[in-house]
Amino acid sequence: MADDSALQESAPAVQTTGLTRRFASITAVDNLDISVAPGLIFGLLGPNGAGKTTTIKMLTTMLAPSDGKAWVAGFDVSKNPVQVRRAIGYVSQMLSADGALTGYENLLLFARIYGIPWRERKARIYDALAFMGLTDAGQVLVRNYSGGMVRRLEIAQSMMHRPRVLFLDEPTLGLDPVARRAVWEHLGELRNRFGVTLLMTTHDMEEADHLCAQIAIMHRGRVAAIGSPASLKAQVGPKATLEDVFVHFAGGPLDDGGGYRESARVRRTARRLG
Amino acid sequence: MSIIDFLRDTFALADVEMSKLRRDPAELLTRAIQPALWLLIFGQVFGRVKAIPTGSLDYLTFMVPGILAQSVLFIAIFYGISVIWERDLGILQKLLVSPAPRTALVLGKALSAGVRGLAQGVIIYALALMLRIHLDFSPLHVVGVIGFIVLGSALFSTFSLAVACLVKTRERFMGIGQVLTMPLFFASNAIYPISLMPGWVRAIARVNPLSYQVDALRALMVHAGQSVFGVGVDAAVLLLIFTGLVLLTARLYPNVVT
Repeated sequence: MADDSALQESAPAVQTTGLTRRFASITAVDNLDISVAPGLIFGLLGPNGAGKTTTIKMLTTMLAPSDGKAWVAGFDVSKNPVQVRRAIGYVSQMLSADGALTGYENLLLFARIYGIPWRERKARIYDALAFMGLTDAGQVLVRNYSGGMVRRLEIAQSMMHRPRVLFLDEPTLGLDPVARRAVWEHLGELRNRFGVTLLMTTHDMEEADHLCAQIAIMHRGRVAAIGSPASLKAQVGPKATLEDVFVHFAGGPLDDGGGYRESARVRRTARRLG
Repeated sequence: MSIIDFLRDTFALADVEMSKLRRDPAELLTRAIQPALWLLIFGQVFGRVKAIPTGSLDYLTFMVPGILAQSVLFIAIFYGISVIWERDLGILQKLLVSPAPRTALVLGKALSAGVRGLAQGVIIYALALMLRIHLDFSPLHVVGVIGFIVLGSALFSTFSLAVACLVKTRERFMGIGQVLTMPLFFASNAIYPISLMPGWVRAIARVNPLSYQVDALRALMVHAGQSVFGVGVDAAVLLLIFTGLVLLTARLYPNVVT
């Protein structure tokens, strides 16, 4: 893929060819081929241990692929990891804002390490807080925030440097329905206002149906199906829901997906082997 | 990336740790207890026995720089657990996908550990004054003491981070931390001179960075204190080991999240 900036603008926001990650004898991601157009909200669905988080780790340069290629914002994740990191934002699965700091201080840290000029920092931070509806909470310690507020703060944090691609790993995990809907609204606004591409993993079929223009269902490290929610439902049956699609392609209902032992083993092995 | 960007990232990370410490300084006070016990009980008793020949210095004066280095070591050696906590909270992942160099992430942590070590310095100076130890307050020596406290603390905290990157779990890390602290302390010149040690312990003490930190502190901190290796040699050895550890830990750092 060319490094030319014009090409990078028009290239897929995310592209993988044969992307693979192995942990000893376990293949967590197996020959993944996806292409995400700029400005799209793309969902990765799948049971536990399907390889969603491992895929995000590779695309965000946290984990080196065992095989295959991946480009994010036109940059090769293996060859140009620093350029990839400059072009992306990341919201982790955990509520990861630092509870010992205020909302403002959490944003300030990332404004500094993303090199936002000091003259612009304050305005950018207050803009981000206002955009996420957190203006009044800016000087409050994050340990006093609700889960939904923490999640909105993290999205603000991930967007301060205006990334071209935003990765969200289960962004509404553990949130109540009201907080979940607030996060959805903000994600939609983010895409409309900044044209950012969103790649998110989720277990929540309603969330995927509501937000995602395209979905890939992963099963045992592979893409079992890919398409728009409507086209996937049409493939399964006339009255099929997205949950039916999931069961059809991932081979079981959500609650059975992956299994505790399997995912625990994959994680233990991954941690042990690095 | 320019050196200015690199320093900006390093100080941004250290600054966050300092903000947390300013907000909750209670931990610094609880850390005063152990060095106080060493000086007020162990030091007083062994000072009276006069069993350990310490040259021109009385035993308590000889021991004060050693206890300062020890208290810095005991805090810094467990500092690596913070990276495991941050991994479990998802904070580390966000830092690793930022453009900040891994070296700046490690140095930022080391620097904040260094500043935390200074709090131990204040506590030990206060205890030493209470015990009427003849301290050296010449400005150059005080600056030197600050430098060696920060350097020693940064070195051992970076070592701790490297261990955390390898073992990856809190339980294993705490076990290893406990195994490491006492050998590092006893196989050093902190509470007795290297010349008294049997050959094999002396060999360990000579490759133990704590010995070089204590040696420099002894020359700079107390009146009539003398360095065995030379303060320049102490600084060079500590800087060399610290640089090596930072480079090694920066390579190991991403392993924590895999």
